[in-house]
Amino acid sequence: MTILSNSTPVTPQKPWKVSKKQQLPNLFLIAAAVVASFVIVAATPMKGKLAYLLLFFVIGTTFQLALSWYKRGRAAAADTVAGAVMMAGAFIVFLPVASLLITTIVKGSKGFRPHIFNHTMAATSYSDPLTSGGLIHAIIGTLFLIVIATAISLPLSILTALYLTEIKGKASGFIQFLVQAMSGVPSVVAGIFIYAAILLTTNLRGSTFIGALPLAILMIPTVTRTAQEVLNLVPNELREAGLALGATQWKTVATIVVPAARNGLITAVILGVARIAGETAPLLFTLGTSDKINWNPFSGGQNALPYYIWSGLRDGTEGGINRAWTGILVLLILVLSLFVSARIFGSRKVK
Amino acid sequence: MSMSSLLILTLIGLFLSVRGFQAFQTQGLGFITKVDWTAGVDGGKDSFGLGAMIIGTLVISAIALVIGVPLSVLTALFLTFYAPERIKKALVTLVDLMASFPSILFGLWGFIVLMPMAEYWAKLIHKYVGWIPLFKMPSPAYTRSPFIAGVVLAIMIIPIVTSVSREIFGQTPLDRIQAAYALGATRWAMIKAVVLPFGASGVVGGAMLGLGRALGETVAVYSVLNIVFKVNFQVLYGFGGNIASMIVGKWGEASLSESKALLAAGFVLFVMTLLVNLLANFIVRRTVKTGK
Amino acid sequence: MMSTVNSNNEENNGEDMSITTPSTSSLSSVAANHASQRQPGNAPLGSGLEARGIHAWFGKHHALENVSLDFAAGTVTALIGPSGCGKSTFIRTLNRMHEFIPSAAMAGEVLLDGKDIYEAGTDVTKIRLQIGMVFQKPNPFPSMTIGQNVLSGLKLAQIKSPKNNDDLLEECLTRAGLWTEVKDRLDAHAGGLSGGQQQRLCIARSLAVNPKVLLMDEPCSALDPGSTLRIEDTIGQLAQTMTIIIVTHNMQQAARVSDYTAFFLSDGGPGQMIEVGPTNEMFSRPKDQRTENYVSGRFG
Repeated sequence: MTILSNSTPVTPQKPWKVSKKQQLPNLFLIAAAVVASFVIVAATPMKGKLAYLLLFFVIGTTFQLALSWYKRGRAAAADTVAGAVMMAGAFIVFLPVASLLITTIVKGSKGFRPHIFNHTMAATSYSDPLTSGGLIHAIIGTLFLIVIATAISLPLSILTALYLTEIKGKASGFIQFLVQAMSGVPSVVAGIFIYAAILLTTNLRGSTFIGALPLAILMIPTVTRTAQEVLNLVPNELREAGLALGATQWKTVATIVVPAARNGLITAVILGVARIAGETAPLLFTLGTSDKINWNPFSGGQNALPYYIWSGLRDGTEGGINRAWTGILVLLILVLSLFVSARIFGSRKVK
Repeated sequence: MSMSSLLILTLIGLFLSVRGFQAFQTQGLGFITKVDWTAGVDGGKDSFGLGAMIIGTLVISAIALVIGVPLSVLTALFLTFYAPERIKKALVTLVDLMASFPSILFGLWGFIVLMPMAEYWAKLIHKYVGWIPLFKMPSPAYTRSPFIAGVVLAIMIIPIVTSVSREIFGQTPLDRIQAAYALGATRWAMIKAVVLPFGASGVVGGAMLGLGRALGETVAVYSVLNIVFKVNFQVLYGFGGNIASMIVGKWGEASLSESKALLAAGFVLFVMTLLVNLLANFIVRRTVKTGK
Repeated sequence: MMSTVNSNNEENNGEDMSITTPSTSSLSSVAANHASQRQPGNAPLGSGLEARGIHAWFGKHHALENVSLDFAAGTVTALIGPSGCGKSTFIRTLNRMHEFIPSAAMAGEVLLDGKDIYEAGTDVTKIRLQIGMVFQKPNPFPSMTIGQNVLSGLKLAQIKSPKNNDDLLEECLTRAGLWTEVKDRLDAHAGGLSGGQQQRLCIARSLAVNPKVLLMDEPCSALDPGSTLRIEDTIGQLAQTMTIIIVTHNMQQAARVSDYTAFFLSDGGPGQMIEVGPTNEMFSRPKDQRTENYVSGRFG
């Protein structure tokens, strides 16, 4: 039992990492699987991308299975197959995301020209050539809807979140339960509810404001839950420090807790906006409609990006579908920028 | 202020049931069980039966779960235990991104891009396993079938089911994972022995949240489903039902009494999704809290 | 063997155990008994393990520096030292559990039967079958019954034991000193057992796959004194058939169970092995001043 003394410097290694050399047989197997799938597709009546992918997966996995069984036994073979199936599952999930993004960009860019940002559909019908008309009225409508829905839901959500995290009153459990229940309300139900409660009860007509109401309902649970998570991240020491200085609880919350969680609360609002920006169903019952810009949120119909897309889709003509894709592209750009900004703010939730 | 959610939920239930009361009153229990939906013209008698739509909603949601949940669980396992760090980050972002796509995008994409592909898959399914009653085709009408609507819904619920499953899998106690590895388990053997028993009820909860979404989905389903008031269990055959889309579809031309019946239909949908979501949240929270 | 002990003794054992004050003389006298019982190489089964120049890193942090230790077949070696000295890290490099920490890196060789377990192309699951591990906190699988827990290793690694399952079950539980307590409730869930029983169940679980070496990472730190004593008893029995390496904070425990003791220490930098020797010598006449300070209770 001796202690070896070694004066030469030792470098950290990761001997468990599979080296390039060890991956060679795998690469060879994958190449063989590709060749084999091409041969089989060529030799049999099977055809199409689906056949290539399926064959490649089956053959490749079989090869890997055989190799690991031969080298390490049954358990390792099962592990290999499980790994391959999981990777295939993740790949299948990845495909529609890629397809959705690519299709939107390819098809949407056809009608994505500068003039759509300063034209409306007032003098154009959906089936007209893409060179005429635009969707500026829908963009303005969507912005109006976002602002009004946020203005209504924000105080309700933040106060509910504060109640749940700061006061933790007797009703906390019940309110948590209600917020969860609310997050499951289908958007179409929110829409017909506002219709039943307001348009059917009073003699008001659909307008921007009425259209924003169901969106506010859909926004509340998202903002509340995110805000709650963020407020829970504020360290208790901060609260105690405030209270120890003799501040009341509300004063502590207003001057210490909320500012500390500011970025996170902004994230909560952004996520809420992202949740409603693309909502279509509720608007069909509450927004009325408009082909041109309507600056008055309380009277007259309004348009919105999802509504514009919906109209294009229902129009069904080539022009209509193309306009719908352009609308989707604009909407997606909006949603993606919300998503990215939520990430940026979310990465520094609490100061 | 914080009771606002109670107020809103109560108001939703109240207004929809009160406004739809006429339909419940004239149709009785038949509103849920009958399958034909005819608005009486010129003083004729209305007949509003939601049965086909309720069953249709359940059928396409079931298809969505059958396709979406296994894919989500596989993805969640891949992300938690197999994916290299960089791929993991990218995929998690993509799945989150997918959750933020508006449903009208799924509708348009489903109609233009997915429908032709899904039609081809449906033909393959029919060709090879068409003898199963579920996949029988009375005539070759493959478009706008419950199958296609189910595929679109499956894609739409994948983000929520994946992220709930991933969260649960990630909470598997490390000491149990290590115990399995120390006994010579491969990754898969460890997952089978430790992760799946631990995460099973969480996955069920996630699937229920997905179901809640699938039940209430409107425009995406409307774009790819041919809504007919007839019960259809032949999922590849080109017609089906969905309460939410039916409401939107009928709304434009509805008479006053039919509108009220549609509000009553909304009430039924509201109650269905409420129950499913509460159950889902109950299961998820119990799993997370107790850690089993 | 252990069958004379039954579960009723579990609480009483605390009284039987005399808690010795940490004085070097009493420790070395305890240790002397063991060293005379077992000599390296005399064990009927098991194989030795040899660590050569082991370094360990977590990211940039150098946690362990150049440790070389030879564990002879059929001996019990205790690794002692204050917290943060790298002894747990070291033991985890011995069955390749170290690599589960994403930032981990290492250098050096670990030889089992003369073959480096880190050699490229080695099947790590086979290594862990031969070098078992018992953890600090008892970690039976809660979704399995007691019986299933014992046999879980066979199922996890998809191997078959030469014995039939019932015999194997009895043998492993007996060797772990748990058979009499659980033989009537093998189908009960493992969660119903006490902490000490769970830990012995974990030992039985490791035994079922018939390892040559058993690593124990502070196996008694979460247990009461009575349970601790029984586990130590079990270790004594097991050492007749296998090589055991045990990390412990408890110097009395090291003195009671081990043939050899290695002392680890970190002076703020990476952990190092200061000294190793037969346990009675380590406690009676350590060569290094730091070892003496530690075993006489001046720090740690």
